[in-house]
Amino acid sequence: MLFRYLFILLIIFPIKVFALIEVDITRGNLSPLPVAVSPLSIDDSSKENFKKILKKENLGSEISLIVENNLRQSGLFNPLDKNAFLQKPDIANLKPRFEDWNLIKAQALVTGKVTFVDEKLRVEFRLWDILAGKEMMALAFTTVPSNWRRVGHIITDKVYERLTGEKGYFDTRIIYVSEEGPKTNRIKKLAIMDQDGFNNKFLTLGNELVLTPRFSPTNQMVTYLSYFRNLPRVYLLDIETGMQEVVGDFPGMTFAPRFSPDGKKIIMSFAKDGNSDIYTMDLENRIVERITNHPSIDTSPSYSPDGKYITFNSDRSGYQQIYVMESNGKNVKRISFGNGLYGTPVWSPRGDLIAFTKLHKGKFYIGVMRTDGSGERLLTENFYQEAPSWSPNGRVLIFYRETKTNSNGEGFSAKLWSIDLTGYNEKMVETETDASDPSWSSLLTN
Amino acid sequence: MNLSKILKNGFLILIASLILTACATKKTTTGQMQGDVYTGTDSIEYLASGVPDRVFFATNETVLTTASRETLRKQAAWLRKNSDINVVLEGHADERGTREFNLALGERRANSAKDYLMTYGISSDRISVLSYGKERPVDSGSNPLAWSKNRRSVTVKAN
Repeated sequence: MLFRYLFILLIIFPIKVFALIEVDITRGNLSPLPVAVSPLSIDDSSKENFKKILKKENLGSEISLIVENNLRQSGLFNPLDKNAFLQKPDIANLKPRFEDWNLIKAQALVTGKVTFVDEKLRVEFRLWDILAGKEMMALAFTTVPSNWRRVGHIITDKVYERLTGEKGYFDTRIIYVSEEGPKTNRIKKLAIMDQDGFNNKFLTLGNELVLTPRFSPTNQMVTYLSYFRNLPRVYLLDIETGMQEVVGDFPGMTFAPRFSPDGKKIIMSFAKDGNSDIYTMDLENRIVERITNHPSIDTSPSYSPDGKYITFNSDRSGYQQIYVMESNGKNVKRISFGNGLYGTPVWSPRGDLIAFTKLHKGKFYIGVMRTDGSGERLLTENFYQEAPSWSPNGRVLIFYRETKTNSNGEGFSAKLWSIDLTGYNEKMVETETDASDPSWSSLLTN
Repeated sequence: MNLSKILKNGFLILIASLILTACATKKTTTGQMQGDVYTGTDSIEYLASGVPDRVFFATNETVLTTASRETLRKQAAWLRKNSDINVVLEGHADERGTREFNLALGERRANSAKDYLMTYGISSDRISVLSYGKERPVDSGSNPLAWSKNRRSVTVKAN
C-alpha cells in the first residue's frame, strides 16, 4: 500500500454534543460559516526537530494553514483572519475563552497541538462550538513527519464531516494529463497531485501520447490510454511500483477505460472497422466480455456505484446522447433528451446523479441529471470544457477547460476547474503546467 | 432627443451593416469550404504527383464527399501501381467534441476511407487505421475553417 505509513490513533472519541452550528450545504455558499483555525501549538524542541527534518519554521502554523485553505476552497466556510485572534494557540487548545472568539464572530474554532514523539509526528486537534461553548470533537494522529500535509487534509475532513454531516474530500489526490508544447503537437504526461495542488509528480515521461487516466477504487492503480508504439491501447499502471501493462489483447484501439466499483474489471471501448462497442475485462482471469453490440459509436462507459448499471455515450439515435443499461448490456435506455449533444456521462458516487458534458449552439456545458434523465441542471457554460469527475463525496466536480486560439495561433490553454454541485464556487485548480482529463481519487484514509 | 435617437439608431444600423459585410467578405474571400467541408488545398500534402494525401469531413460526419472519393480513387490507383507500399490511415476530429467520442469518430472516418480504398482493389492487409481523435490538429485555430481542415483522414506511407 502506498499509504501504509499513516498510522492513525484515535485517542479521544468524538463526544456527541447538541451543536447549534451546522452548515447548510443544499443552499450553496451564499453565507459561508465563519470559522477560526488557530495555529496548532508546538513546543520549542518539537519545533527544532521538525525544522531539521522538514525545513519548516513552524509546523503547527503550516498544518493549520492547510486546514484553513481547504476550508476556504470548499466555499462553505469563511476562515477568519489570524491577526484578530486574541488567545494564544496553546491556551486555546486547553480551553478556549469562548467570549473572545465570539467577539470576532467565529462560530467554530479549530485548535491543536503538534509534538515530536519517537521520530514521529503527533498531532491532536479539537473542534469547538463557540455559541454552545462546547467541544465538538477531539482526535489525535501519529504518523511519519513527511505525511504532515496529509495530516492537515485529514483534520479538514474531520472538521468538514462534523460540521456538514457529509464526508470530506480533502485527503485525496487528482490524477490528470499534464500538457505542454504547441497545440498541433502537444506533449502529454500523466501527473498526480494532492487535491490542493501540492506534491505534484509526473508518472510518464511524455514520449508517447497519454489520455484519460482514472483511479482504481483503492487508488493504487490507474487505467489510461497510451499511444505506446503508435498503438492506442488501454493500460494499467501501478502507481507505487511504476509497473505498466496493456489491458487485454485487442486487435485494434481500446480507449475510454474506467474501473468497475469493485476494482475487479476494466470497462472500455474497443474500436474495430469503424465501430466502437463497450467491453469489460476481468483483471484476474482476463476474461473479456462484450457489453454492447451496435453499429453506432458506444463509448465513455461509467458504472453506477453499486455496479448494477452502466451509463455510456452513444450516437445510435443519430447524435451523441447518454444512455443507461444494466451491467450485462440489457435494457438500454436513452436518458438525455434536451437540446444539443451529450457526452462523458459519469455516475455520482452517491448514485443519484449523472454528470455530463453538453454541447449546444457552439457552447459547452457541464451539468448533472438524475439517472432517469430527469432534472437536468447545467452548472457552467464556456467555449470548451468537458470530462467532469466527482469528488468522492459527490459534492464537487472537477473538469478541464480550453480557451480559444486566436487567428495568430495564440491564446490556447487547458486548465483544471472545479465547481460545487450547486453551481457555486467555480474556480481554477492550479497546476504546474497546462492540464486536462482530471480524475479524483477516493479518500486515502477512511 | 429625437435627433440623438435617430443618430443612435443610424449608428446601430451602420454597425450591423458593417458586420454583415464583414461576414459576407469572409465567406467569399476564403472560399475554402463547401457547407462545412474543407475544399482548400493549403494543408494537403502529396503521396505522389497528383495524389493528395487527405480527405475532409463535415462536422460529426463520416460520409465521403464527391471530392473525397475522387482523392481516394487516385490513392487507390497509386497504391495499385506501388504494390510494395503499405499505408496507415490516420483519422482525426476537430476540437469541438469530447475527447473519447472524437477518438471513436476519428476511427470511423479513417475506416470509411479504408472501405473505399478496398472497393478499389486495395487489400485490407496493406491498410492499417489509427485514430488520433482531436489530439493532432493540423491547424491550431479556433474557427470554422481551422476545424474543417482538422476533420480529416490522412493516408501516410507505413514503410
